[in-house]
Amino acid sequence: MTKKESNTTMSAMMHQGRAIYAFFERNWNITKRYWAWELVWLVYLIVNALSVMYIGVNAQRFSTGKVDTNFFILYLLIGTAVWSYLSVTFDGVTDVINMERWEGTIEYTFMAPISRFTHLIGSCWYAVVHGLLFTFIQLVVVGAFFHVDLSHANYLTVVFMLLIGSVSFIGFGIGAAILPLLYTEKGMQMSFIVRAVLLLVSGVYYQIEVLPGWMQPLARISPATYVLQGLRAGLMENKPIWSPEVWSNTWPLILTGVISVPLGIYVFSIAERYAKKTGRLKRNG
Amino acid sequence: MAINVDTRPSEENMLIDLTKDAVVIEDVTKVFKKSRPLLGWRKKEGKREVRAVEDVNITIKRREIVGILGSNGSGKSTLIRMLSTLLIPDTGHVKIFGYDVVKDERMVQRLINRVSVEASFFKKLSPMENLIYAARLYNMPAAEARAKIRAILSRLGIKPDRINAPLENMSRGMQQKVAIARAFLTSPIVLLLDEPTTGLDPRSKLDVQTFVRELRDEHDATILLTTHDMDEAEALCDRVAIIDAGRIVALGDALELKRTVAGLMGRTELVSMHEVFMHYTASHLITEDDIKRYGSWEKAFEAFEAQREDDEERE
Repeated sequence: MTKKESNTTMSAMMHQGRAIYAFFERNWNITKRYWAWELVWLVYLIVNALSVMYIGVNAQRFSTGKVDTNFFILYLLIGTAVWSYLSVTFDGVTDVINMERWEGTIEYTFMAPISRFTHLIGSCWYAVVHGLLFTFIQLVVVGAFFHVDLSHANYLTVVFMLLIGSVSFIGFGIGAAILPLLYTEKGMQMSFIVRAVLLLVSGVYYQIEVLPGWMQPLARISPATYVLQGLRAGLMENKPIWSPEVWSNTWPLILTGVISVPLGIYVFSIAERYAKKTGRLKRNG
Repeated sequence: MAINVDTRPSEENMLIDLTKDAVVIEDVTKVFKKSRPLLGWRKKEGKREVRAVEDVNITIKRREIVGILGSNGSGKSTLIRMLSTLLIPDTGHVKIFGYDVVKDERMVQRLINRVSVEASFFKKLSPMENLIYAARLYNMPAAEARAKIRAILSRLGIKPDRINAPLENMSRGMQQKVAIARAFLTSPIVLLLDEPTTGLDPRSKLDVQTFVRELRDEHDATILLTTHDMDEAEALCDRVAIIDAGRIVALGDALELKRTVAGLMGRTELVSMHEVFMHYTASHLITEDDIKRYGSWEKAFEAFEAQREDDEERE
């Protein structure tokens, strides 16, 4: 590579890096200005998590046998935390299109000289940080209401599983962002279906073995299933990252991430071309 | 003559042949198909196609300001969107300095910017936050961008205390000025202005028009402007194209068009641009034969308009 080519490559990388930061900074500024809505959303997530947790507290009253309430509460706590994380991250990713369509900026972002990879990764990066922050606050508040036994927790495994799982969530989120791109009015609502199916099949509040047989293969392709199983192994059984229990959930997540992100971006680029042919890149709202 | 255009110190150099025409629109057609309603087979099939742009050909030279005049729905914005890489033409080619808007999309995006009729911003954010975001997407360092943003906004008459306040508190005219600043910020070689002064007060209009001229004179920009404002078109543009029902029905400098229409109307003095526009966008292009048949241009115009209204009522 000649010096000129090397400089051009460096300059191009700097440009894409600057653009990725632009999306992060923009979303952070928007979050600050919509702080009241952020607060409402956070309170909703906390109240929702608390109501689920009280099912665990109440379980002993419904049972004639012995129920390990602590185990059940921790099981549900992990479910609510992962579900909140997935919801916030997924919303952030699908909002890449929704928010811009609503504000009318979508055409300006799509005519900027940046790759779609840069655009989507820049927006997703913020969604992941936003999701992690919300989940952390939720865990702290909910943890104050219940006595949760975390003496067997391996926090390194927890962080590892969340980060590995985020990649797959981003891939699925990019795939779901196609819906608001193609369906200008109801695309957002349609993307909720993807989230709802993930909630149903991923074993958020129950083990996937209780699902009907025909539904269980869906659980096997949901990244949330592996994140939850890995987190439960780490938080409840002190399993380290390299343990077989965690690894059996890590490799499917790596595989899903490696497939879903490039596939999501590829499918998004096809949808973008279709939108440009049919005139769907326009303001709505 | 091929030169490296380096409008910003950190920008990757762009090889542009400035001897090429700035904008070439060749045999371009864009048809939108209306989506079939759910259970559509039960409904009566109506007209399902809208021919937004039809067989358009225009070549614009470097440093030229060309105006496109047309009524609402005539295809002006569709044409601008195709130049902006936001719409893919069904047939034909659109090229910016030899780069095809579909095949060389990224390169074209680095050469152009656009101002649309709606100031499209994150309204909760301030002009500075919105423009810094735009600058970063165009590879401009934040420090350089901040200085440039203040200079451009001040030049457009926006007071310093408004620069960091949310855009939603600004009037539509002020928001439109920020939109214009966004386009100027990236020093585009081709600037696409889609009704940029709609909604601005007369003083703001003049500010924008002066700035557009400056951009051409000092930065050698080529400008394509759509407008409803005949005076603006006449004052700013080297040439004017009139578009009607997706077709370019007239193209030339304003004086040439006025002379032609005045001749058709049998007048010795020049007609106004408004009359030029009415002539070319009439329901039926009025020819010398029509004028002979009806006695005058005005009578022929009235007769054809009455006929169009009758036809519409029958439909």
